[in-house]
Amino acid sequence: MQPTPRSIINILDLTVEEIDHLMDLADDIEKNPEKYQDKCAHKQLATLFYEPSTRTRLSFESAMLALGGQILGFAGASSSSAAKGESVADTISVMSNYVDIMVMRHPKEGAPVVASMHTTVPFINAGDGGHFHPTQTLADVLTIRRTRGSLSGITLGLCGDLKFGRTVHSLIDAMLRYPDNKYILISPEELKIPEYELDKLKEAGVEFEETTSLEEAIPKLDILYMTRVQKERFFNEEDYLRLKDIYILTPEKLRNAKPDMAILHPLPRVNEISVAVDKDERAKYFYQTLCGKQMRMALILFLLGLDK
Amino acid sequence: MTVDGIENGIVLDHIEAGKAMMVYKYLNLDKLDSQVALIQNCSSRKMGKKDIVKISEDLDIDLDVLGYIDPGITVNYIKNGIRVDKKTLQLPETLTNVLKCKNPRCIISIEQELPHVFKIVDRTKALYRCMYCDTIVRSEELN
Repeated sequence: MQPTPRSIINILDLTVEEIDHLMDLADDIEKNPEKYQDKCAHKQLATLFYEPSTRTRLSFESAMLALGGQILGFAGASSSSAAKGESVADTISVMSNYVDIMVMRHPKEGAPVVASMHTTVPFINAGDGGHFHPTQTLADVLTIRRTRGSLSGITLGLCGDLKFGRTVHSLIDAMLRYPDNKYILISPEELKIPEYELDKLKEAGVEFEETTSLEEAIPKLDILYMTRVQKERFFNEEDYLRLKDIYILTPEKLRNAKPDMAILHPLPRVNEISVAVDKDERAKYFYQTLCGKQMRMALILFLLGLDK
Repeated sequence: MTVDGIENGIVLDHIEAGKAMMVYKYLNLDKLDSQVALIQNCSSRKMGKKDIVKISEDLDIDLDVLGYIDPGITVNYIKNGIRVDKKTLQLPETLTNVLKCKNPRCIISIEQELPHVFKIVDRTKALYRCMYCDTIVRSEELN
């Protein structure tokens, strides 16, 4: 019998040692890209995107192409057999026969669990609704390590939609495994972090505070992680319109921030970071996408056993 | 009130008072041809009040469902009027197609053929988690 292929659904599916290994690998990819340019020659990656996510899909495709591999897939359920009513299980069973590794984005939470039960090749969740998005977290931790030199001893500010923002929850899960970090949770009352996520902070015994004021929190932060209030997570348009503009990061608000603070954002942004901030040296959100590509390269290599 | 003992079948004893109907429903006892007795609010030394369900058929009951409804239930197997086996229950590790995931964002909301699977996360609070979307369900949601 073939061993069960590895599926990465949640950031916690990777051990701390594995994440550290992936970050080291990403650093080596940055230094020596030519060493990796043919590593995935004759290997194929499927990108199965049931909902639009140009950035994540292109990041995976760019990662595979940079490794000398090939890509195939679909973008949008309307162009896939899902439009004809095919189940996730069937699509995954079929695709397992075509490719060496698969990436899937699906609007429904838990779709990757179904996929992991049917795939015969390594599988990566590229986002399932408001649930998990592990490769975004891999991009985030690499950006933090590269800008701060470490993943410990950091005061991390998380701002915006902390209720539905899956990237925030995953980032907390990942950072809680590294010692001596403090957490400042900045959100309106309606978008406060859920109780179960708060319980993790309490159980870990880490220092954290909840606030509604970005201005008050900003001077304390080493990392400011901004998030977008996402329209697709609301059932009610009225709630979305009321909350979407609540925190907008401007050069004025940054005046009181530390000179070496790093601003991260999972992107896409709407207006929560003013474009005037882009010129600030502390803006690392575009650099974060490069880190994301390199971590995806590292993850593909690792899951295909080509990282040695 | 007197309800006779049974010759062959199963007696579900020590059911928390008020839960006999739930047991009846989730074990699909209405589908049986044999005699079934539901006794509510019996006096009990241990529990004060309890429910009992007697089934005069040796059927293969789903102990996981029963354990989830009330882990305090005892299952007595009767043959020729004598108790031949007794089982105590506990909250099951996994529940399949007992609880329904009500999260409208869960994959199960669009793929109806998938089994509804919940895994236990907290025995003392009787909390279960949807295997797909991680939504937590409490025991009282079973009704």
